[in-house]
Amino acid sequence: MKRFILPGIALLTFIFIQSCGPASPAEAAPDSAAYIENKGSDTIVNLALAWAEKYQSEHPEVRISVTGGGSGTGIASLINGTVDIANASRKIKEEEIDQAKSNGIEPVEHIIARDAIAVIVNPENPVSELTLKQISDIYSGKYSNWMEVGGDDRPIVRLSRETNLGTHVYFLETVLRLGNSDDQTLFSMDTLLLPSSEGIIAELRQNPNAIGYDGLGYVPKDLKVIAIAKEEGGSYVLPSIATVNDKSYPIARDLYMYTDGEPTGMIKEYLDWILSPEAQEIVAELGFVPVGDQ
Amino acid sequence: MEKSLNWREFVITRLIKASGYSAILFVALIFFFLVREGFPTFAEVESKSLFNIRWYPIEDYFGILPLITGSLIVTIGAGLIAVPFGIGTAIYISEIAPRWMREILKPLVELLGGLPSVVIGFLGFLVLSPFLRVFLDLPTGLTALTGSLLLGGIAVPTVVSVAEDALDAVPRAYREGAWALGATRWQTIWRVTLPAARSGVLTAVMLGLGRAIGETMTVMMVTGNAPVLALKLGSLFSPVRTMTATIAAEMGEVANGSTHYHVLFFIGMVLFLISLGVNIAASSVVFRAKKRAERILS
Repeated sequence: MKRFILPGIALLTFIFIQSCGPASPAEAAPDSAAYIENKGSDTIVNLALAWAEKYQSEHPEVRISVTGGGSGTGIASLINGTVDIANASRKIKEEEIDQAKSNGIEPVEHIIARDAIAVIVNPENPVSELTLKQISDIYSGKYSNWMEVGGDDRPIVRLSRETNLGTHVYFLETVLRLGNSDDQTLFSMDTLLLPSSEGIIAELRQNPNAIGYDGLGYVPKDLKVIAIAKEEGGSYVLPSIATVNDKSYPIARDLYMYTDGEPTGMIKEYLDWILSPEAQEIVAELGFVPVGDQ
Repeated sequence: MEKSLNWREFVITRLIKASGYSAILFVALIFFFLVREGFPTFAEVESKSLFNIRWYPIEDYFGILPLITGSLIVTIGAGLIAVPFGIGTAIYISEIAPRWMREILKPLVELLGGLPSVVIGFLGFLVLSPFLRVFLDLPTGLTALTGSLLLGGIAVPTVVSVAEDALDAVPRAYREGAWALGATRWQTIWRVTLPAARSGVLTAVMLGLGRAIGETMTVMMVTGNAPVLALKLGSLFSPVRTMTATIAAEMGEVANGSTHYHVLFFIGMVLFLISLGVNIAASSVVFRAKKRAERILS
């Protein structure tokens, strides 16, 4: 039961902190240097919140307000000069840089963590390697039996997270649509949408027909992780901190924070802290991949 | 003395009246709120795409038919389980069981009714669904059937306690009259007691079904939440997505005032109308039955 309640508590805390956010500028207004406004990607929002909480408990003089809204919203706010740090799960676009420059803002990029998605199956499943195209065809419903990708004669049961999660959208864009933005491929209608990571893992653990995906950090050791090749004939790579950091694993992306110009003072201290081993430990706890070689 | 008593009487009467009316007021307010938030759906989504078969809100597919059929199939399945089991248990407790048995059974059934639905969902997810997958040789155990079985279990205590009260309220003279005429115990139960308690038993069934269609946590955990149109009997053995699970899963992260937000409220409206329809149908049946009974008696 605990497994299902925890995400709920996390969500409530998040809503609570969010609703508290806008109120804090008034309190901290006199000393504006001690107030950091942080906004953007919903993928990163929990990570950013965890960092902000930890940092504030160690530096009570600093107030950090974290809000979600999406990468586009965060970058737009940076361009308008209303936030100090914009979170983004994608790289800033050329036109956004131009827009920022015409507003007198110089976006500077910081890679603060990496996000890798592991494709997982039941240990009984003999399939251990798939190409991105094969995974795409499995999830779009083109393949519906494991035999078609070299496995046993079993139906394929597709598991996914709910549609409103960043992971779902990222998987749709990178795997189902193979990174092609004109592609209109959708998840097969009978894809099971499970409300929690634990739901996916528990189903995979007992069901040899199932295939699922989740953030690398959430995958327990007793499930089988699929090695993935970018193209047919390419080498099959298992996800790990090393293969994600050297970019050989195909379903991984960098997560960014953008600032206006090279950060100084309070903001520089915060960003330096984010890249420290202590803060990167939180990255691993939340299921992302830490940057660097730890 | 007399005056203060009158005054007290006045206040108490008004208070009771107000709490009675407040139920109507709350229902009206809830409906008003649902309509206010859900109505913009008609302006934002074409009715053709609203009654489509694909639900994928992040790409603007707002077909709610799979959700409606999903809720219906799970609820009908739950009803098929809860009604016979619930009424059977109620008959046993009220008519057949010896006194000591009744004293054990009644609190146990009530305890079952008090189990939080998340606990039942958890058990269903970890125990029932793996069992059903192996036992029925299904691709996955997260199906409409799993949801129906658990919801049936959730609805049984509601049906039992209301139906048992109704059976208990049937005057003893009715049964004694039947026995005196030479009716067997079964004939008495089936032909006399149960028909006499009909309106209460029907209320029990309606409350049980209402409990089942509105249940959220359990179905979200065990039905797999795949928005597939469920029209055939075989759909019972495949995953479905219910209206309640959709609202619960998606409301948390939806942007306030967006089309998706309005459609979720629209689904709430549909749910509300379905329960209203069921209740009206039930009370009209009860009403008609009463009238006939009154005619016969007069």
